[in-house]
Amino acid sequence: MSGMVPEQYQSASEIAELVATGEVSAIEILERYLNQIQEYEKDVHAFNLVTINEARAVAQETDKLIARGVTIGPLAGVPVAIKDNLCTKGITTTASSKILESWKPPYDATVVKKLKEAGATIVGKTNLDEFAMGSSTENSAFGPTRNPHDISCVPGGSSGGSAAAVAAGFVPIAIGSDTGGSIRQPAALCGVVGVKPTYGGVSRYGLLAFASSLDQVGPFATSVKDAAIVHEVIGGYDPLDSTSIKQAPESFLDMFDKGINELKVGVISELMGGIDGVTHEVIEQTNKAVSALSNAGAIVEEVSLPAALYCLSAYYLIAPAEASSNLSRYDGVRYGLRVEGANLNEMNVNTRTEGFGDEVKRRIMLGTYALSAGYYDAYYGKALKVRRLLAENFADLYKDYDVLLSPTSPCTAFKLGAKVNDPMMMYVNDVCTIPSNLVGHPAISIPFGSGKDGMPIGVQILAPPMKEPVMYQVAHALEKASQ
Amino acid sequence: MNQVIFKDNWELIVGLEVHVELATQTKLFCGCLNQFGNEPNTNVCPVCLGLPGSLPVVNQKAVYFAMRLGRALHCSVNRSVFARKNYFYPDMPKDYQITQYDLPTNLEGYLELPSGKTIGIERAHIEEDTGKTTHIGTSGRISGADYSLVDYNRAGIPLIEIVSKPEIRTIEQAKSYVSELRSIILALEISDAKMEEGSIRVDANVSVREVGENNLRTRCEIKNVNSLKSLGRAINYEANRHISLYGNGESPRQETRHWDESAGRTRTGRSKEDAEDYRYFTEPDLVPLNPSEETITKIDQEMPELPSKRRKDLANLTGAKSSDVALLVERNHDAFIFDVIEGGGVPEQVVKHMVNNLSAGLGELSTEAFAQLTQMENKSEITSTQAKKILGELVKSGGTPAELATELGFEAIGTKEIENLVDQLINDHSDEWERFCLGDSKVQGFFVGQVMKSTSGQADGKVINQILNERSIDNK
Amino acid sequence: MKMSDSISSDEVKHVANLARLRLTSEELEIFTEQLGAVLDHAKDVEALKLDDVEPMSHPLPIENTMREDIPSPMLKPSDFLSEAPVVEGGRFLVPKILGEES
Ligand SMILES: [Zn+2]
Repeated sequence: MSGMVPEQYQSASEIAELVATGEVSAIEILERYLNQIQEYEKDVHAFNLVTINEARAVAQETDKLIARGVTIGPLAGVPVAIKDNLCTKGITTTASSKILESWKPPYDATVVKKLKEAGATIVGKTNLDEFAMGSSTENSAFGPTRNPHDISCVPGGSSGGSAAAVAAGFVPIAIGSDTGGSIRQPAALCGVVGVKPTYGGVSRYGLLAFASSLDQVGPFATSVKDAAIVHEVIGGYDPLDSTSIKQAPESFLDMFDKGINELKVGVISELMGGIDGVTHEVIEQTNKAVSALSNAGAIVEEVSLPAALYCLSAYYLIAPAEASSNLSRYDGVRYGLRVEGANLNEMNVNTRTEGFGDEVKRRIMLGTYALSAGYYDAYYGKALKVRRLLAENFADLYKDYDVLLSPTSPCTAFKLGAKVNDPMMMYVNDVCTIPSNLVGHPAISIPFGSGKDGMPIGVQILAPPMKEPVMYQVAHALEKASQ
Repeated sequence: MNQVIFKDNWELIVGLEVHVELATQTKLFCGCLNQFGNEPNTNVCPVCLGLPGSLPVVNQKAVYFAMRLGRALHCSVNRSVFARKNYFYPDMPKDYQITQYDLPTNLEGYLELPSGKTIGIERAHIEEDTGKTTHIGTSGRISGADYSLVDYNRAGIPLIEIVSKPEIRTIEQAKSYVSELRSIILALEISDAKMEEGSIRVDANVSVREVGENNLRTRCEIKNVNSLKSLGRAINYEANRHISLYGNGESPRQETRHWDESAGRTRTGRSKEDAEDYRYFTEPDLVPLNPSEETITKIDQEMPELPSKRRKDLANLTGAKSSDVALLVERNHDAFIFDVIEGGGVPEQVVKHMVNNLSAGLGELSTEAFAQLTQMENKSEITSTQAKKILGELVKSGGTPAELATELGFEAIGTKEIENLVDQLINDHSDEWERFCLGDSKVQGFFVGQVMKSTSGQADGKVINQILNERSIDNK
Repeated sequence: MKMSDSISSDEVKHVANLARLRLTSEELEIFTEQLGAVLDHAKDVEALKLDDVEPMSHPLPIENTMREDIPSPMLKPSDFLSEAPVVEGGRFLVPKILGEES
């Protein structure tokens, strides 16, 4: 199986530099990655669609521009894979759902537009759990994605296709979305870097909504630096997204090499054994990361985030509630699947019953229930209050600490099929990542060693909103320590 | 027409929900044109088509218009939050409507009717309009349709929904409420407010109770009312339906009903066993609106004079009766009247002509000419019939009343001349004169008519009467 | 299998109906059990006393984001009608709508 996960990855920043200076052509770079896809995609199934012809045309265009002396952006000639829940104009966007099997959007997501402007070569659309609902990419209508480190295991999810694509060397960069850990958890399980930006830091325009108040788009990369560069490209204010932050972020790379001497890191005790489900080997490996940071000069202390105990419950009320509403529009009238019926209601029911998979149905029903008159206060209303408590907990901690640290995933990649029949067991996979989504804070997962099965383990750095620079600073220090 | 209600000791209770389409250039949440009458599905974009991935961004102008209306209705303008109202219907591209629920922009105000009665306003909130569904089939009605076609040009057009308290007690008040609201909206220039074109839509919540009762009984919401006339008919029909149900020992059921204009009745609407649970929750794609004190102060400062204030001012100036005052303000003629009276116009005459003779418009009429005309009339230099004719000319082609009077041969017949004619008549008709002096007012018409006849109508009736009275007193 | 008392199969049927989904009797049983398990887990949240806590719908306290009333480009019907299941005369066709009037 050697070769499926390359010995060494070439960084996106290096590629962009080589392409921009004309040392290597964009098309040459692209072909190299397409070869890797050609070789291993049948085993991994990271993609719903590889847009070979479009990608070649873009790479050739990039080379032409460079030959003419035109300056290309920071991702010149960098092949990028896009999670298939981000709109790409004229290119099928399915959310891995039968209900959108052949839908071609008439517009590009803001993130896609920005990547194109930065010179990236988009190579295809990656697989995901249907509408990003899941933690294993098994809930795809088009079949599961497999973990390139062991194809009998899941890559995590919901952005499993993007994580696997980067891990398998199909692309140096992939874009995902993270609602409860959907970037960080698969990044951890596939041994790559994954970032969930500050809510409002990256535009959601063109992202097929799962839970609007939690969704954020972010990068997968093979290094912290690459992730930061891509994050800068896709981030920034977007007038098309009302929840986008107007204030320009500080440069993510300015503090990058400054070291972490005297920085204060809090280790969240609830996620280090305080809550059931986090495995011993993951805790052990996270403790090694703690020591590494401490050796690098950081002040590391154990801290408590009491509301973390309630996050899973709160999340699995809020996210389905918003999802139930966001997914109403798939009704067979304007786009996507339609299964005819004798009247409108029957057509709606036939379309949605046939078009959605079980996990999506489960969450739609759960959310519909949580919002129903009579249950709203007990469930949804309470969950929103837990969210406030959590935000207050975090604010208290950030008075004393620059960043917080925890495992990313409670366990390493599990076997396909191991958890599909027990939703609650599957949901526990998100226990470490959910808190950041509920409060809209940024967090990053960095690969840090592996478990006894040889599967990668990830460590998560959490930071206050808009404090990505310090998050990248600490993540970079941890990355150096792991090498 | 509605006497049954009162005769049988029933009291009518109405609350109105009025939807107003705002005259912004673009839609509420996207930059598509807010236009009426274009080809189907041409004023649309990913946002108002509800395409996956699209997001709404609020139109500042629509919010400004909403706050302007709120202040005009004496509401408090508050921090507000958009909410989703969830239900499936093909005219809603997202299968939810973005509206405001527990935190609307405007709360707790009132509207003053021309009669002086005030009707409480519960709220006035911002929401998006739906698309338009056309039912295709032999009947043209939804129940007989074979299928329906949807056009989303209207989807996302900004609306304000103004919800009154159930304080309307008569059909006249209901109509008056709507027309007053309409004139406020026109004065604010926030909508063209055309009921026939649907830019104002009225739903009526109707119930009845026995006089003296304190609790409200079950109400029905009547939709599809397209004019003030049908509003009156619909309320009347519905109230009587309730009364007869109660009379039979039954009760109405709380529901939405549709007014059928041609059948002259309401019909039960969608039976929504499910749809009653709208699962409102805060719209996560939008952020709260929180207008500053300065914003609200600025809106108050920019407030035009509103009909109720204008009516008061006009009534104070002219002493005219309230229905005339209301009419003149509605016609937007009050500013002109102020100028005429300031220029020496005689209030009584001015109002009389404005109400009766100038409904079609003022044309070339200048304030000076009008003022002079009323003075001439007041001094009996011309008769009111002549004044009306001169006024017609002034409207048509301008000029001065004095010149026109000469031109038309309206040199007023002098009082002396009329006295002579009256004295002659008294001599010639002594029997009639006796009866007149004894108080038989019927013969008064005879004398006036005779004078008019011999002057070809150029004499001033007032002067004739005056002389007749003087002579009869002399006779005693 | 243990059945939760957090949600009944009738309630699941009701929400499925609201959400325009049809369940077979087998699915109804499985979903009832699974949703029950999630709601059982949520009992920890349901039990919290949080009367003084403000609910938090938005992760960040942004307010007053608005756009100016200026037109932006619109789609051509050909951009999206080709994606529609059934179209007639430039409009989206839907089957007959029941239950609107009697
Ligand atoms: Zn639009």
